[in-house]
Order: sequence, then structure tokens, then C-alpha cells
Amino acid sequence: MKADIRVALVGNPNTGKSTLFNILTGLNQKIGNFPGVTVDKKTGFCQLPDGRTAEIIDLPGTYSIYPKSKDESIVFSVLADKAKGLTPDLIVVILDASNLKRNLLLYTQIADLKIPIVVALNMIDVSDKAGIDIDIDLFAKKLGVLVVPISARKIKGIDQLKNAIAYTNKIALQQDTIDVEAIAPQIIAQIKETLKIDNPYLALQLAHQHETLSYLSTEQSDRIEKLEHEFSFHSQKSQATETIARYNFINDLLYDTVKKPETAHDETVSNKIDKILTHKVFGFVIFFAILMFIFQAIFSWSAYPMSLIEDLFIWLQKVISNVLPAGPLVSLVVDGVLAGLSGVMVFIPQIAILFALISILEDTGYMSRVTFMMDKVMRKVGLNGKSVVPLIGGFACAVPSIMSTRNIENWKDRMITIMVTPLVACSARLPIYTLMIALVVPNRNVWWIFNLQGLALTAMYLLSIVSAVTVAFVMKFILKARERGYFIMELPVYRMPRWKNVGFTMYDRSKTFVLQAGKVIIAVSVILWVLKSYGPGDTFAKIDQKYHQAQYVKTMTPDSLNKVIASEKLESSYAGVFGHVIEPVIKPLGFDWKIGIALISSFAAREVFVGTMATIYSVEGDADKMESVQQKMHSATNPDTGKPVFTLAVAFSLMMFYAFAMQCASTVAVVYRETKDWRWPAVQFAYMTGLAYVASFIVYHWFK
Amino acid sequence: MTLSQLEVGEIGIVKEFTDLEMSVKLMEMGCLPGEEIKISRIAPLGDPIAIHVSGYQLSLRKFEASTIVLQ
Repeated sequence: MKADIRVALVGNPNTGKSTLFNILTGLNQKIGNFPGVTVDKKTGFCQLPDGRTAEIIDLPGTYSIYPKSKDESIVFSVLADKAKGLTPDLIVVILDASNLKRNLLLYTQIADLKIPIVVALNMIDVSDKAGIDIDIDLFAKKLGVLVVPISARKIKGIDQLKNAIAYTNKIALQQDTIDVEAIAPQIIAQIKETLKIDNPYLALQLAHQHETLSYLSTEQSDRIEKLEHEFSFHSQKSQATETIARYNFINDLLYDTVKKPETAHDETVSNKIDKILTHKVFGFVIFFAILMFIFQAIFSWSAYPMSLIEDLFIWLQKVISNVLPAGPLVSLVVDGVLAGLSGVMVFIPQIAILFALISILEDTGYMSRVTFMMDKVMRKVGLNGKSVVPLIGGFACAVPSIMSTRNIENWKDRMITIMVTPLVACSARLPIYTLMIALVVPNRNVWWIFNLQGLALTAMYLLSIVSAVTVAFVMKFILKARERGYFIMELPVYRMPRWKNVGFTMYDRSKTFVLQAGKVIIAVSVILWVLKSYGPGDTFAKIDQKYHQAQYVKTMTPDSLNKVIASEKLESSYAGVFGHVIEPVIKPLGFDWKIGIALISSFAAREVFVGTMATIYSVEGDADKMESVQQKMHSATNPDTGKPVFTLAVAFSLMMFYAFAMQCASTVAVVYRETKDWRWPAVQFAYMTGLAYVASFIVYHWFK
Repeated sequence: MTLSQLEVGEIGIVKEFTDLEMSVKLMEMGCLPGEEIKISRIAPLGDPIAIHVSGYQLSLRKFEASTIVLQ
């Protein structure tokens, strides 16, 4: 679709910006990336009353044009970078009418960049209710822009807003807010001259932000750096002067246009809720109750859709292998691509449920209270109150959780959070744990209510939290802080969740997960398929020959013969060769070469382990037939000693290995994407594998 | 007297800041000289604190609060 004009939505967090975006664009939106950075760019299209089409860009919520986090830095670069053709023709600034003062700071900054503006005065119903009287006509006149009162939640004033967008001139008509040039007259004049720009505020912002703006050439940036030294420009002092001047303007404006009732400090509903939810005792009780509920939901609600997806893939695999003639290509599609794809798809229900619940918690304002309550504990171990959200998300999947660390402003806190999130027991470990526990832990109750198997599983989850916290604590001393940590965060008023937003988030995150993880898993599944299906030289042909001899063909049924051939081929395939090669390394952990193959193949994704075990123990079907895999593994014996392979020690050792090892290519990929430095995923992979080896070794020898 | 010394429910007026870097961040969020601040609550573990300023609720750590000098 081609748009006639481009409109950017700008506003503080919690002002209903994304609600407005969803209303304006409907389902007609897509998520991409801003060029060169990994910040989600949400765009959509909207029909204007005059027949033109507007492309709407949703910019990340920010309190100021001076960025504090990765997401926020995109706002100024989009508005300033004329070269990339992303600059909007018009900006809709969303202001929370019930909280105008702080919201107006960003408005005044944007206004001074002299791009045409329309103000959407959102939550006008809330401010009316609170008795705040805004003289909208005078307010609009003083700013020199169109001001449209709306209520995005109640879908009021949207048509008027669209009219205003259509009506607004191509030339910026807003009034100046402050005397920008007075802040740093010489440097502004010099930058204007050297870079050939005529907007003084743009010039001032370039002085502040030139080091992080990718569109400036190195010479331009160096030139600005020189000018800064020449005129002894102090970024923070300049920003402080500017902020005070802006608030002076805002105070004058609000004094003339807004009347507030005297009883502003009244006990609000939000305050009453806070008294319970952040209570010394109940606060934590409620938080843990909510966490328990989330786990319960992730596992119980997803059971049915997950089995549906599995069945769908099994059906698909059967159809393809029945319809098409057998051959390497069909085998590649069925055993490689489809098997890999089903491994990803099956987690969609869990991820969707987790993200729906998390977005409800965020939307209501509860998540920021969790951050508020947990900050002190988290800080002790080198994390940040804001790390709680990714860590909880880690129980479903590390990939989207690592992406959600972007709103942690502090570099060191963010890095530590990224480094330890994959230790949290994600849902891909669950099939392995269930299989191993079912193998060696008796299914009976102790102390009446506690099921032994359930206790073992709970222990694995607790272990994951303890290990994440411990590693974070160690990293706190290793990593050097780049900047001072701080924690200045709005506690938004409690609100009912916007179900549409919850739905959108759920859809977005699941889609990102499928695309992110899907690509890697398919690629690795194909490679593994090749390694498992081919062997060095003519070994496969020899095996076929050997079993064609009369002694085998006559004594064995075709079915069992095929199984024997398949398992012998696997042993001599490239994967099998690798398994034998690494056997000496993993022997101290109690693993044989067969487990070695499973370890290698599950490097791509942990859930592959069960499937590989199924193939190795030549069970018909695959991972979905858990029971039969379990039986086969139970009766598997070591040919040298005649004792069972999967003893308590081996099973526990395997569980330890999967608890710690970074067996997930998608996580490696996303960590690289988020850190833009291959050393982070490399260090992460090394430390996790190291921990896994040590933990497995200890556990194996302890229980042996 | 700094903001960190106030008890829950007490009100103070900002005079100045002791830390330039923090002051820039705090002022952006509406904590400016002359502004009235009320302590709304303290987190269950004693840190951070929540304050009422410029018509909304803001949370900050005790250390950050200690850089705000009151009148």
C-alpha cells in the first residue's frame, strides 16, 4: 500500500498511545525493524476523511527526546534523519489530559523540531471526572496547533482526530516554546552552519546525541566533538537549563488554561489498591500466588492445543509420506523440516498464554509494582527490579524474554539479565525432565499430598532460579558498569486491561517467536537430518548388503529387520561417528555414545532430545509416543555390563546437563542480535556448558 | 534535609539537587525546584520509595531521593 502522508505517534509511556495506534490502523499493521537497530517498528495504514491514506508509525513511548534506553533513542533519530526517508510529515503528540505537566515536556521538545503537529488530548474522560477543567481553545491557541480531545479507550474523538490530521498544514505553525538559542548560542550557530541546518533545536540535539546517531558521518561527528571542546559545551548542564526553561513555559501555560480541584491529594482508588498489592506481607503473598497461577496456566491450559498441534504434524507427516514416493527428498521434508517445525510450533500455546498473562499484568500497571517491590532484592544480586519480567518470561522461553530486556536502561543490569535468563527452566526442558523423572523417580506420594515426581520437577524449577540468581551475583563483580545505575520509574494508575491490546501482544510475540526460533530450528534440523541419514563412505550400502543375506531375511520379520537396520545405520552415520568421538568426554558424566548423539542433535533445541532418543532406540513414531520411548529406555542395558543404562545417577546427571547447558540455537541467535557482539553468546555458551559439565559430573558420582 | 529523610505521608518542596546527573533525570520526570513532593509509600523491603509529584506517582531509590534537597 502506498501512503500519501506519513504520521508518527509520539508520547509518554502509559498515555494510551498503542491503543490509539490500534484504533487508527485496525488489524492493518505490521512489525518491522528500524534500519540498523533492533527496535520494533510498528506501522499501519489509516484512511483519512479526505480520501488520502496515511501511514502511521508508532514510535516507542518516551518521557523525553533525550534517550535513556535503546528503544527511546529511536525517537529522535527517526524525527531527525531526513536522509533515510523515515521522517514523518506530521506528528501526533499524545498527551494524558489527567497528567498534563509531565506530558508537555516531550511536546515542547518535539514542537521545537518544527515538524507539523496535532495534539491528541487523551483520557479526557478521566480528567473530566477528576474535575480538571481544561480550556482547550485557549490551550490550542497558545500552542499554535490543533488540539483534539479524545478517549482512546472509549473510542471517542477519533473522527475529529482524523479530520485534524487531514486538515493540518505541511508547514509547522506551532509557537516557539523556549528560547533555544539562549542555551548554547555559539555551538548552535556553528553546527547550523557546518551541517547546513536551520533549526536551532535540531542543532542543539545533534550536539547532545551525535555520538549515537548513525546517520551522521564520522567527519560530521568529529566536527561536532571539536566544537563541543571549543565552546566547553557540557551536555548535562545544558540539558538541566533546558528542562527548567521548558517547565517554566509549561507552568505558565497550565496556569492560564487548566483549573484543578483543590483536593488533588485525595485517596484515590489506585492508592487503595496499592496499599494491598504492595503491602509488606500480602504484597509478596499475592505476587507468589500470581506466579503460581501463571505456571499452572502455562502447563494446564496449553496441554490440549499442544497435543492438537502435535497431532496435526503427525497427520501431515503421514500424509506426505503416504502420498509421495519414498526417497531422500520426502525424508528430508518429513523427518527434517516438518519434525523440526513441529518442535517449534508445539510451544506456541505456552508462549501465547505466557505473553497474554504478562501483558495483562503490564497493562493493569501491576508489573511496575512488582518491579517496585523486587528492586532491592534484585539489586543485591546484580540485577534490577526490571529484570523480574524477563526472568519470569524465561519459564516459557528465553527468546522473547531476552528481547524484553530492552527497556532496562542500565547497560550492566541488562547484560547480566540477558546472560542469566537462559538458565531459567524454559518449557523446552520440560519434556526431558518429565521423561527422566518418569524413568527413575517412583510415582508415589510422600507425606500424603506430595507426589515424588512432582517434587522432583519442582526441585528442577527451584534449582533454575537459584542458579540464575547465583550466576548474576558472580557477574555483578566481573562486569564493569558503564554508567551509574538508577531506578526512576513511573508507577502508572491501575487500569482495567485493554483486551484488544492483550490480544495484539499475544499475537505479536508468538509470531516473533516462530520467525526467530523457526528459522534456526529448521536450518539445524536439516543439517542433523543429513548427519543422521548419511554415513562416511559406503558404510550404509554395506549395512544394507549385510542384512539382505538369507540368515537375516529368513529369521526376522521385515518390521524388526528394518528397525535393526535403522539403528545400525544411525550408529555408523555421521551423527553416530560424532557420538563415538565425544563418548570419552561425556563418559565421566555417565553418558554413552547414544546419549552423545542426542546431546549433539539437541544442541539446536533441547526438545529435540526426546525425538532423537526415540530414533536411537528405534521406536516407531517419534517424540509424541512418550510412553514407548520410556519403556525402551527403561529396558535398555549396557552391552558390556548388562546393567540398565538409565540408572538414577544417569537420569539425574542428564537432567543437570539440560538444566545448565545452552542447548538452544535460537537463544544464541537472539543474544547476538540483542548485544551485537558475538563474544556475549560465546561467553554465555561457554559458561553454561562448563556449569552443565561440572554439575552433571558431581551429580553422577554422587548418586552412582 | 533531603527527600530520603521524609516519612510516609509527609510533604516537602524541592530546593536543589546534589548530583547533576541524577538531577537531569529527575527534572525530566517532573521533580523540579519549587515542586511539592509527597511520600506515598515505601517498598516492602524499605527501598525504593514511591512519591507523588506533578500529579502522578513516581518511584525512585532511597539513594536517588537523597540527592534531592528540600526547602
